[in-house]
Amino acid sequence: MPVEYLKETPSQTGGPYVHIGTMPAVAGLPVRSQETLSVLAGATTPGERIRIEGVVWDGSGHPVKDALVELWQADSTGSHHAEGFSGFGRAAADFATGEWSFETVKPGSLPWRDGRPQAPHVSILIFARGINIHLHTRMYFADESAANAEDPVLRSIEQVGRRATLVAERTRKNGVPTYRFDIRLQGDAETVFFDM
Amino acid sequence: MTETGDFIRRDRGRHPPAFTPGYKTSVLRSPKCALVSLEQGPGEKAGPVFPRSMLAPLDNDLIRNFGTGGEAIGERIVVHGRVLDECGRPVRNTLIEVWQANAGGRYRHKNDGYLAPLDPNFGGSGRCMTDDEGRYFFRTIRPGPYPWRNNGSDWRPAHIHFSLFGEAFVQRLISQFYFEGDPLIAKCPIVNTIPDPAAREALIARLDLAQQMPFDALAYRFDIVLRGRRQTFFENL
Repeated sequence: MPVEYLKETPSQTGGPYVHIGTMPAVAGLPVRSQETLSVLAGATTPGERIRIEGVVWDGSGHPVKDALVELWQADSTGSHHAEGFSGFGRAAADFATGEWSFETVKPGSLPWRDGRPQAPHVSILIFARGINIHLHTRMYFADESAANAEDPVLRSIEQVGRRATLVAERTRKNGVPTYRFDIRLQGDAETVFFDM
Repeated sequence: MTETGDFIRRDRGRHPPAFTPGYKTSVLRSPKCALVSLEQGPGEKAGPVFPRSMLAPLDNDLIRNFGTGGEAIGERIVVHGRVLDECGRPVRNTLIEVWQANAGGRYRHKNDGYLAPLDPNFGGSGRCMTDDEGRYFFRTIRPGPYPWRNNGSDWRPAHIHFSLFGEAFVQRLISQFYFEGDPLIAKCPIVNTIPDPAAREALIARLDLAQQMPFDALAYRFDIVLRGRRQTFFENL
């Protein structure tokens, strides 16, 4: 008999009312309204202030208006758990349009397991009704094309053409550098999701 | 010494697959491509740290943490248990968030239009952190079942949603637990997205009469297991 370990608790969908527990103000509850989890960086946070925005699209090309998006990233020097920067954010899709966004700083490069540099990226999790176990993806920056070309994770994606689904274009919005990251759950140009 | 080993691979056969047509919403929200399997980097083996100071005194008391000072109506229960990793180690100081419907199956969410009324003293949102032994507890009212548009009017069994972080991004987990003896569990298309009956059983909280608060609240026990961390025998560079 192989060695037995405890077994991980199985996942279930976050459901349509995931905001009640995770972002109660979004659900309409007047509790913890001071928590603005989609804003990771303030005026004094070191690094380049950026905005990340997008929509999660379903297999019929319609926005997922009840999605909860979580972001995890290094600080501007490529370090986790830096003083004053949690690296963690949460944003809810707009109930009318499906748009979500974060205000953060552009992360620095973090080493991979073998010491090779990874291109700057943010990790993203998607929870929603209809998603039985959260989806894990990464967003890279189009203005880091040299680093992206050498990134060990991007290079692990066998279908070269799919790598572009993880790279966000840089624009400006109200004077703020803005990266647009649309996530396609299914179908044409389906976003790459990881099992890590 | 701080463990730096990788986390044990997620057993995807224990979790629901993405595409489960019995649960209709999954049909258009499930990727068609296979997940790309990768090793874990230092970013995936770290995760957000939440300070205990973020908790308000009533955050884990859903009977009293909402409304005008009155108490929520319904079956008063205490839910408690331990959070362990797959190696049996307690997961310490980790945030647990919970959310649920009220005793009548109605959520306090702007998108819930079910005709069962809201309870003026029930919000349905709570959170707590595990102690040094991985223990947690909260007090609430038992949620009611409710109908949803799936196959005509399907009914969700009574359930409480929960969310955990662990110590690493790869341990992140959101799920739902159910209550022992509920006949709706076996009928639920969402429960049945999990193919393995033993895995479905792991989501059922057990009546725990010994931990009741006499003449006050019944108790349920629900233990949670997050992914475990391997020992590092050799550096694999």
